[in-house]
Amino acid sequence: MKPNNRENQLNASHPKEQPPWKLALSLLGDTTLQVELSGNWRMRDRLPPADEVRRRLEKPAQINRVIFKSERISAWDSGLINFLRNVTRLCNDRNIEVDDSGLPEGARRLLKLAFAVPEQATGRHVEPPSVLRYVGQVALDLIRGAPAMIRFVGEVTLSVGRLLRGKAQYRRSDLALTIQETGPQALPIVSLISFLVGLILAYMGAVQLAQFGAQIYIADLVGIGMAREIGALMTGIILAGRTGAAFAAQLGTMQVNEEIDAYRTLGISPVDFLVLPRMLALILMAPLLTLYASLVGMVAGMLVAVLAFNVDLNEYYQQTLSALTMQHFLVGLSKGAVYGILIAVAGCLRGMQCGRSASAVGEATTSAVVTAIVFIVVSASLMTVMYQKLGI
Amino acid sequence: MSGEEHIRVVDLTMAYGDFVIQRDLNFTIERGDVFIIMGGSGCGKSTLLKHLIGLKSPRKGEIWFDGIDFWKAPPQEREALKRRFGVLFQSGALWSSMTLQENVALPLGEYTDLSEREVNEIASLKLALVGLAGFEQFYPAEISGGMRKRASLARAIALDPEVLFFDEPSAGLDPISSRRLDELILEIRDSLGATIVVVTHELASIFTIGNNSVFLDNESRTIIAQGDPKMLRDNAENIKVRAFLNRGEP
Ligand SMILES: Nc1ncnc2c1ncn2[C@@H]1O[C@H](COP(=O)(O)OP(=O)(O)OP(=O)(O)O)[C@@H](O)[C@H]1O
Ligand SMILES: [Mg+2]
Repeated sequence: MKPNNRENQLNASHPKEQPPWKLALSLLGDTTLQVELSGNWRMRDRLPPADEVRRRLEKPAQINRVIFKSERISAWDSGLINFLRNVTRLCNDRNIEVDDSGLPEGARRLLKLAFAVPEQATGRHVEPPSVLRYVGQVALDLIRGAPAMIRFVGEVTLSVGRLLRGKAQYRRSDLALTIQETGPQALPIVSLISFLVGLILAYMGAVQLAQFGAQIYIADLVGIGMAREIGALMTGIILAGRTGAAFAAQLGTMQVNEEIDAYRTLGISPVDFLVLPRMLALILMAPLLTLYASLVGMVAGMLVAVLAFNVDLNEYYQQTLSALTMQHFLVGLSKGAVYGILIAVAGCLRGMQCGRSASAVGEATTSAVVTAIVFIVVSASLMTVMYQKLGI
Repeated sequence: MSGEEHIRVVDLTMAYGDFVIQRDLNFTIERGDVFIIMGGSGCGKSTLLKHLIGLKSPRKGEIWFDGIDFWKAPPQEREALKRRFGVLFQSGALWSSMTLQENVALPLGEYTDLSEREVNEIASLKLALVGLAGFEQFYPAEISGGMRKRASLARAIALDPEVLFFDEPSAGLDPISSRRLDELILEIRDSLGATIVVVTHELASIFTIGNNSVFLDNESRTIIAQGDPKMLRDNAENIKVRAFLNRGEP
């Protein structure tokens, strides 16, 4: 990979080898320091730092001029310029005059170029990393992030208001496309995951229930569990990873390309145009996918009960029907809808807040998924407790 | 410029799939030249540059650097040759997740055995050379378009390249910044002794910096004129070339 390095390591293993450069400092008269350079002064030659010159300048001497002698330099590149720049800076800091007339012509020009534009006071320097600082930064970011989130939720609410009054600007075709992407195209993965989760649920329950000869209650366990909780939860997690991430990446890339600014300048609200269709698509599709996931899970449970635990198919079917009420499904659907909204908010929020670089898109995507999953799990607990208390 | 051959292109034909972009290109670039590649939009200038820097292989023909046939050389030798090139891409192509300092330091860290202190000093030197001292800790997204061009120049010259390739260096710059960039290019050529290959259609730059050139044509798909652009402006036999160099007035 790095042939240069290998070559140089070989060199380094000969400690006796003389460096190819030579640096000699001498005083001319009382106040002039002559810096004599000879040999090779290239980046690969392990050049000296300017420390020796600094020590010389710091000596209680009254040096007020530095001159160079360089006829015996045989090869040089940016390494030499770097050394000279450091020497020049040392001198500038001490108000010592630098006479560059003894330097090679090209080096003089580069040195001049390097000092042509004075350093801008941008106030930005590398700060040493510290844990305290990091913690503070995270806390500050959180505090600063909260108003943005609230503002975004407000904007979305206004936008929904415009939608209800038929005033929101968005393209129906975008909505159709987003529905297609979030709903039907997610069916394979939702089928797979909910089938397997249904299977696991049925197995775990059946092993316990079979001890009492109560295998038939697998139907209740799987039916109610899938309809009320698991169908919605699994759908939510899949959509967060699949759709929420996609939303954040799409909007983030548009932010990077200044496409969102282009909408703003046209007076089109990016929230109406981009966020609303995505939100609507998820609110419509998440409950449908939840319902579908619950049914697939129940089928998986039935297969386990019938094939592995010798439950009669018809009996299982009847038991499922008697265990489930419409209410169970409505609870599941309402959760699905809430998760849909939360995923859309998390994905679109992170996408719209995205910075202006490629890596920012990656960060936005990650943070969208994390935010969505946190939202889902927190709201799932809240809703479960709430429905329990209300006796629904 | 120096009379010494540096890059030679022999019977080069370039194509994307079946789509031949240019055929039978022949020209020589001498050490110390500022060589201009010009022609109308879409004629294949960027494509030619990609062939010269080894990003795309020729359909037919050879490209020689310092007497080495680039595409016949073994892979290690090709990689070693590439490290002697500096490239400024049409869009700048700074790495957006790194600060300017890190952008310039990356090639130094990868391909030299300088200590970390030296890498940082030289990266900051290169940024100072292009007038960006003080902006070391900025990210590419936080500086202006012209500053980005200069920062990519700093990265292109990080390893003191022998050949510097520029794709439309002054596109999108105001006339003054674009003239400063031209001066910078000449200054770097003179002080580092590099050979410079520039794709551009800025007439002002073509005449100030160029001392040799080729003109690619989209219709006949080959070179229709070559030589010093100032001479071509007045004496080219081809009307298209004269029109191009005289702003459409033949
Ligand atoms: N990756 C690619 N695949 C197929 N064709 C390409 C590809 N890149 C470029 N081309 C074609 O090659 C031709 C030359 O493109 P190129 O980018 O080299 O033009 P150019 O001379 O640099 O133009 P401009 O001055 O506008 O930058 C164009 O017709 C383009 O369609
Ligand atoms: Mg181009």
